[in-house]
Amino acid sequence: MTDVVITGMGATTPLGGDLASTWDGLVAGRSGVVALTDEWAAPLAVRIAGTLAQEPSEKIDRVKARRLDRSAQVALIAAEEAWHDAGLGLGEDNPIDPDRLAVCLGSGIGGLHALLDNWDNYRDRGPRRVSPFTIPMLMANAPAANVALLVGAAAAVHAPVSACASSNEAISLAVDQIRLGRADVVVAGGAEATIHALPLAAFGQMQALSKRNDDPTAASRPWDKGRDGFVLSEGSAVLVLESLEHAKARGAKIYGTVAGAGVSNDNHDIVQPDPTGLGQSSAMLKALRESGLSASDIKHVNAHGTSTPQGDVTEAVSIRQALGDAVDDCVVTSTKSMTGHLLGAAGALESVTTMLALHHRIVPPTINLEDPEDDLGIDIAANAARELPGSGELAALNNSFGFGGSNVAVALTTANATGR
Amino acid sequence: MATTEEIRTQLAELVNDVAGVPVEDVQLDKSFVDDLDVDSLAMVEIIVGCEEKFGVTIPDEDSKNLKTVGDAVAYIENHS
Repeated sequence: MTDVVITGMGATTPLGGDLASTWDGLVAGRSGVVALTDEWAAPLAVRIAGTLAQEPSEKIDRVKARRLDRSAQVALIAAEEAWHDAGLGLGEDNPIDPDRLAVCLGSGIGGLHALLDNWDNYRDRGPRRVSPFTIPMLMANAPAANVALLVGAAAAVHAPVSACASSNEAISLAVDQIRLGRADVVVAGGAEATIHALPLAAFGQMQALSKRNDDPTAASRPWDKGRDGFVLSEGSAVLVLESLEHAKARGAKIYGTVAGAGVSNDNHDIVQPDPTGLGQSSAMLKALRESGLSASDIKHVNAHGTSTPQGDVTEAVSIRQALGDAVDDCVVTSTKSMTGHLLGAAGALESVTTMLALHHRIVPPTINLEDPEDDLGIDIAANAARELPGSGELAALNNSFGFGGSNVAVALTTANATGR
Repeated sequence: MATTEEIRTQLAELVNDVAGVPVEDVQLDKSFVDDLDVDSLAMVEIIVGCEEKFGVTIPDEDSKNLKTVGDAVAYIENHS
C-alpha cells in the first residue's frame, strides 16, 4: 500500500494560537480551561470551558471574518499554519496541482454560532435582519470548504460528521483518498467552536460536563476518581498528508507516517459507550491490521479519555483488550486533561499531538490524576511528561470515540521521518 | 433632509463595514458589482443596512435595480 506521510501540521487551541505554543503547554502540563465570567454564562450550571488562547480576529481580516463562523475561522488559521509548515505557499506561490489536492476536514456540530446568532436576529428584529451569509456559515461542511478555497483543492472536499470522532474519521478518509489514487496531497483535520450557552446547557443536562466551576484547571481529570465529566473546548488542528512519493519528489520535511486507521461502530447506544469495550478495541485492532503493526509495536496511546465517569473506565478496558500483554510496555495519556474536549476537532488535535510525541520521544502528561481508578491496568503518564526510551522507530495509536457509536483509531509511526 | 453628499458618505461607511471597500472609492458613478466588487450576498446586507440607517423600505423588486452608488443614493433621497 502507498505510504501516507505527514509533512505539515498546525493548530489553534485553548493552550496556544499555534502548534508550537500548544505543544509547549502540553509538555509543561498546563491547563487551558478557564472560568466563563461573561453575563451570558451566569445562569448555567457549567461555567468553565477551554476557550481559544488567541482570538481568531488577531489573524483573520475583519471583513472576511464577518462571513465565517468561528468554526471556519479556526480551521483556516490551523490550515494556513499546516500548509506553510509543509513548505508550501498560497496563491501564485502554490505549487500543488489543484486536481491532485483534496480536503477532508470534519466538524462535530458545524456553524453553531451562526445558527444561534441569526435565530436571535430573527426573533428580536425580524426575518429581514437574518444575515444572507447564515447558510454558508452554519453548514457543517463550511470549515472544510473554506480550507479548500484557501489551498485551492479541486480533487474533492469531504466533511465527515461523527461527533467527537469526526476529525479522526477525516484523517482515515484522507489516507483512503491517497491510497485509492484520488489525490496526492490531502489537507486533513477538524474544527469546532461551540462555546455558547445552549451547548453548555444541553451537554450539562446530559450530566456530561464537569461542574467544577470553582477550580477550572482541575476540572478535566481523566481516570481520576474525582472526575465528573468533560470540559467543552474549541479550536482546530490540521495535517498536510501526502503520498511518500509526492513528498519525496518535492523534498518535503516528513514528520512520520499515518500507517493506517481502524473504524468501528459500537452498535450499542446513541450516547453511552458499550461497556464491554469491544467496539472500541475493534477499531484499535483494525488500525493495527491495516498498518501491519503488532500490539508490541505500540509504545504510546493518546486516549480519547474525556474525563467522564463511564467513558474512561471503558477505554482502559478496550486498550487492554486491543494490546493484550503489550499494554505493560505502552504509555497512555489523555491530553484532554489539559485541552478539554474539542469535540469534532479532538481527533485531529490529538493525532498532531501523538505525532509530535513520537517525533520528540516524549509523551505529554495526564494532569490532575491524583487518585486513579482502581485496577485500570494501563500505564498512564500521570502528572508529568514521560520520555519514550530508546532510539528506534516508534508507533502509537490515537483514539477518538463519538456519540452515535463511531470509534476511530489512527496508527502513527516515525517511519519515513526525515530527521528530528 | 440629508444632502446627497451626506447620504453618499453614510452609504460609503456601510459599504466599507460590510465589504471592506475603502470609503473614498464609493462614488456616485461606481457600480457595486463591477467597480466595487460587492457580491450578491453582501449587496443584501447593504440594502438591509440602508433600510436601518435611512428609515426607508427597499423591496426586493426595487433593490435589484440599484446598480450604482448613485442609484442607491437617489432611491434613498426619493423614498425617505
